[in-house]
Parts: sequence; C-alpha cells; structure tokens
Amino acid sequence: MTVFLLRRLLQAAAVVLVMSLLVFLGVYAIGDPVEILISPEADQIERERAIKALGLDLPLWQQYLVFLGNALRGDLGRSFVFNEPALRLILDRMPATLELAVGATILALLIGLPLGLYAGLRPHSPVSKGILAGSILGFSLPTFWVGLMLIMVFAVQLGWLPSTGRGETVTVLGMRWSFLTRDGLAHMIMPMVNLSLFKISLIIRLTRAGVRETMLMDYVKFARAKGLSPARITLVHVFKNILIPVVTVVGLEFGGTIAFSVVTESVFAWPGMGKLIIDSINVLDRPVMVAYLMVIVLMFITINLVVDITYSVLDPRVRLEGK
Amino acid sequence: MSSTTAGAPPVAAAPRVETPFRRFVSEFAESRLALFGLVVFAVIVLVAVLAPWIAPQDPYDLAQLDIMDGRLEPGSVGGSGITHWLGTDDQGRDMLSGILYGLRISLTVGAGSAILACVVGASLGMLAAYAGGRTDSLIMRLVDLQLSFPAILAALMILAFLGKGILNVVIALVVVEWAYYARTVRGTALVERRREYIEAAQCLALPTRRIIFRHLLPNCLPPLIVVGTMQVARAIALEATLSFLGLGVPITEPSLGLLIANGYEYMLSGKYWISFYPGIALLVTIVSINLVGDQLRDVLNPRLKK
Repeated sequence: MTVFLLRRLLQAAAVVLVMSLLVFLGVYAIGDPVEILISPEADQIERERAIKALGLDLPLWQQYLVFLGNALRGDLGRSFVFNEPALRLILDRMPATLELAVGATILALLIGLPLGLYAGLRPHSPVSKGILAGSILGFSLPTFWVGLMLIMVFAVQLGWLPSTGRGETVTVLGMRWSFLTRDGLAHMIMPMVNLSLFKISLIIRLTRAGVRETMLMDYVKFARAKGLSPARITLVHVFKNILIPVVTVVGLEFGGTIAFSVVTESVFAWPGMGKLIIDSINVLDRPVMVAYLMVIVLMFITINLVVDITYSVLDPRVRLEGK
Repeated sequence: MSSTTAGAPPVAAAPRVETPFRRFVSEFAESRLALFGLVVFAVIVLVAVLAPWIAPQDPYDLAQLDIMDGRLEPGSVGGSGITHWLGTDDQGRDMLSGILYGLRISLTVGAGSAILACVVGASLGMLAAYAGGRTDSLIMRLVDLQLSFPAILAALMILAFLGKGILNVVIALVVVEWAYYARTVRGTALVERRREYIEAAQCLALPTRRIIFRHLLPNCLPPLIVVGTMQVARAIALEATLSFLGLGVPITEPSLGLLIANGYEYMLSGKYWISFYPGIALLVTIVSINLVGDQLRDVLNPRLKK
C-alpha cells in the first residue's frame, strides 16, 4: 500500500510539473512576456526596471526555475486589474464556486438517483422512456442557453427568482457563503439547477445501466427466492451495489463541475472563480489566468488522487495490477 | 464484417441479397427516433448549405440592414418590406437569416474540427497500437492527461493564449478532442491486430503502411464513426459555449453561440427572441446528431448483437 501511495504521489507531482511547464510556456513563449506581465501603462524606465526585477533578461530555463520557485512559495504574480496577489484573488472567489458546485452535485444526486432507479427497474414503461429521452435532452442542451431561458422564465416573466449575483452572504470560517441566508439561497437556485442539468442526465444513465445489470445477478435472484420484499431487494441489494460506480463518477466529475461553472457563473453573474477567469481573459489579466490554471490543475490532481486511493482501498485488484 | 466497407451495394441486385451495408441500414432504421434525427439533421445541413439562396436577407450585407428595424418582434414587417418571422436583433438583422448563416459557421467549425481531430487522433492511436512499447505508453499518457481535464477548460485556456478566430477555435477543439479518437482507435486496433487476417497480411510481407491503412484501419472504422458522430455534436456545443463567453468566433462571423450571446442583454427587458430562436436551432442540431449517434452505437457495437 505504501509503495502504491508513494508511486501515485510521485506521478501526481510529475503531472503538476508538466502542467506548470505548459502554463509557463503558454504565457512566456507564445505571448510577449513583457506585454503580459507588465502593465501596458508603464513607461520605458519602468519597463526596464520591471524586466530586470522579473528576471526576463535571464535565459528561459532559468526563468522557469524562478517561476517554479515563486509558485512553490505561493507567489503567482499580481493582478493588473485588482493590484492584488493573483492567488489571493482566486482563493477569495473559491467559496462561491465551491458552494455552487457542491449544491449542484447534491441536487443532481437527489433527482438523478430516483429517476435512474425507476427507469432501470421498469425499462419498458412509458415513464422510463420519457426519463431516458429527458436525459438525452439534458446531454444535448447547451448549458448557457438553458441558463438564459431560466432567467427569461423565472426572473423576467414570473419574477420569482433573482437572476444575478450571490445575494446576502454570511461569513463563516473567514469565508462568505450564500447558502446560509434566505436571500442567498434564492440567488443560488437557478445557477444550481443550471449547473446540475448535465450531471442529472449522467446519473440517470449510470444508475439505469447499473440497475439493469445488477437485477440479473445471482444474488438478486437468490434474494428474491428467499422471499424478500421487492422494496428491500431494491434498496438494500441493488441500490448499494450501484452506488459505488455512481459515486466514483460523481466524484471524478466534481472537477468538471467546477470547470463548467465558468459558463454558469458568466450567465448568472455569480462572482466565483469562473466569472473571474472569464473577466481576466477579456482584459488579458494574465497573472490571474496563470494562477487560476495552476489552482485548477492542483485541484484536479488532488481529486484524481483521492479517487484512485479510495478505489484501491475498495478494490485490491487495482492496487495489485501495477506489480 | 471483415473486408466490406460501407457503400457500393451490388448493382445487379437480386431480390434481397443481404450485404453488410444493407443489414446496417435496416438495423439503423429499426429506431424511428434515429431515422427522424437523421432526416432532421439532413434538413439542417441542406438549409445551411442553401442559406445564401433561401435566407430572406444577407445578414453580412450592411446595405440591407436598417437600424430602424432593430429588435422587431417575431412576425412584424420591417422597413424593407420583409416579414421577420423570428424578429430582428439590435442591428436590425433578420433573425431567421442570421440563424441560417450562423448554422453554416457552427456546422463548419463542428465538422471541420471533428474531422481534423479524427485524423490526428486516429493516426496517433494507430501508431500507439502498432508500435507498442514506449511510444504506446507515451501517447496513452498524453491521452490520459488530456482526458483528465475538462474540455471547456482546456479550450478556454488555448483560446485565451491564441485569441479569437475561427481557425483558433478549430485548433482548440482539435486539441481537446483528439484524445477520444486516439483511445478508441488504439483499443480496437490492439484487438484487431491479433486477428488472423493481419497475420496473413504480415506473412505475405506486405509493407507496414499497407497493412495499417488497407487492413487495420477499415476494421477500426465502426467505433470511430460512433465517436466521430458524438464528437461533432460536442464540438458544435463547445464552439457555441466558447463563442457565448466571447472567446470563440469573431463578431464578423456570428455562429449560433454568438447570436445567443448578442441577445443576452436584451433578455432582461423581455426581448426573448434574439437568444431564443438561435438556441432552438442549436438544440435541434445537437439533439438530431445525438439521436443518430446513439443508434449508430447500438448498431455498430458487436457486443450488443443478439
């Protein structure tokens, strides 16, 4: 186990290194670093000084080492626009994105699991076919357009829900959260539904496929032969077994949800990391872009690592395969 | 289904000779929904191709636009005497015409990037399967790396560095999509290359290139077609999303995503049609492709054969 853990950690570190190199090359090699890192309003003397200070007169590999060293100390540059450390800006916005992503995941599970279960148990009923057709629609609907339609119906025409911003927030553990206030929660509903749409479809399909497979297993037949009630078979024997793949995929998808919140946040003007990165790209605030990318990379690698390790704990075959 | 590729049914068709292609067609047609999807998609492609001849107005021709016609409701008649069935946008552009022309761009970008990604991905996947060893593990590592990051994020970053433009969007889409093709082709090719017909070809001392392109590749096509269909739909959706975020196609070449983005600010004042109809066009396109792809997967997947 220790060897496995160590190897996975080393691999993760290698990926971080590769990604940092890619980001570095993206910023430094594709664009003109002077233009990127020094505010365009700076005059000639300031530029010269900044080039010296940033070490841009050094050879590229030395610059990379400097960049890496700074990154390790948590220094990913300062935002031109906000004149604040880029990393802090992103961490400030992170709770907004996290609460949206977590909310969307919970919502998707609450809706997707029962629907998928039903569709799997009664594959030929018209309701199941409707659920399945709905899930195809959920995969096909462009998220941003659904967001616009939600705003049109619930904010503009019915006037039930607010369409932009986070609403009232409460500070807990030094971070501002919306889901703890009534107003904040009302602001969260539409973005949350919007973000969960794709996941609901995914969970419906996974659950349905899982149920149909599991229902044919011998242990289900045996449970039925023992005379257990259908409800007990469904909830205890079938449901427990399909939960493992579903939870794995949902866990892996969590990173995707955070990434995709870029779209939802832009539609609903939700002040999270995603909105920040789009705004930063539009004004070419590159230090923020770099910092966002590095934070996301770290997040992804952590998620993958956690899922991998959990998997190897649950299923020893994964662990032994590499030997 | 070893040597026959799709197409070319026998000319002197004796009543009901079953060829693999015919079997494929009849199996595909078993699903009415898929057939419907195919018809809808064909119509969409047709109107997109014919847009310059059937659109009421040329949305690129500034002389035909009148700012006085801006934001007209669906069904109203503009100053130039055209009935705007789907309304007009803020520039006085007829939405129906805008959608027809926008479809051209969306479809071109979607199909173009899917084909390019297919060529790149299939080549690399084939190389990985055929070369094996270190080449294989290097390529597959790259695939894993690519697939572990969400497409939207990777595309966003590439466009942030490259800037707007149709070509840049295509590049970004190819970069985020090639891995799916590579993985699919490698998986199939690994199985196929152990088959006897490949062994036979090798015994005949055919050149490697010939074995790969004439023997191995045609037999890897079915899963590739399925992935390709799905990826076209994904590419169209992704392009629309990127354009909506303002990072995709330039304003001079409005795809459906950009049309929707244009209507965003008018949404709050109740002028829904500027965003609504292009979205419907986008939705119908994507759903029809997915319906076809779903059925293709069922038909072409040998594991599901009864």
